[in-house]
Amino acid sequence: MKKLIAVFSLLAATLLSSNWVSAAADLDVNTPAITAIKNSMQARHNQLSPHYNSGAVGLTADGLVAVRDATAVPLKDRGGINSLVAAENSDRNALYKEIAAGNGHPEWAGEIRSTFAGRWVDKAQSGWYYQNSGAWVKK
Amino acid sequence: MIKKIGIIGILVLLIPACVTINIYFPAAAAEKAADKIIDEVWQLKPGEEPPAKPAEAPAK
Repeated sequence: MKKLIAVFSLLAATLLSSNWVSAAADLDVNTPAITAIKNSMQARHNQLSPHYNSGAVGLTADGLVAVRDATAVPLKDRGGINSLVAAENSDRNALYKEIAAGNGHPEWAGEIRSTFAGRWVDKAQSGWYYQNSGAWVKK
Repeated sequence: MIKKIGIIGILVLLIPACVTINIYFPAAAAEKAADKIIDEVWQLKPGEEPPAKPAEAPAK
């Protein structure tokens, strides 16, 4: 009986302290690699934001960006849009990978990507497009 | 007996610390990290949710 109580209290204590530990965990996003990617994305944002506004580029469900409607891009910029989107996506893929690796869990990259996918959309300005179950939706 | 309790106590503290940090994806922490980075990349004020529609078209 005494043994049983000990086992149960051990289980209860384990559960309680697990919650406490996971609540205290935080992700480090200040590694040099992450900072470099962030700065590069920040610099690119000035070029991308008119395209978000016009609906030429939208946010995809997997945390990337995609050309949605190239005809919304002024003719003179149309050549550059694909390379702009490709550069942004390579930074975003690297960002998700670096956050996972920088915190010692490369296997978290997928979950970090889906966390980001949701937050990009939440923080997007109204009028921007995002992908929802395969279809483009105007926010 | 007291020694035994002490050992159990240490195990109780250490085992979940290793297990939790290694297995579970810290969803709340990831969200916080995402917000921080997005705020910086899109130059939003910290904690700002979708900013109001750009004030480029004032009422006619």
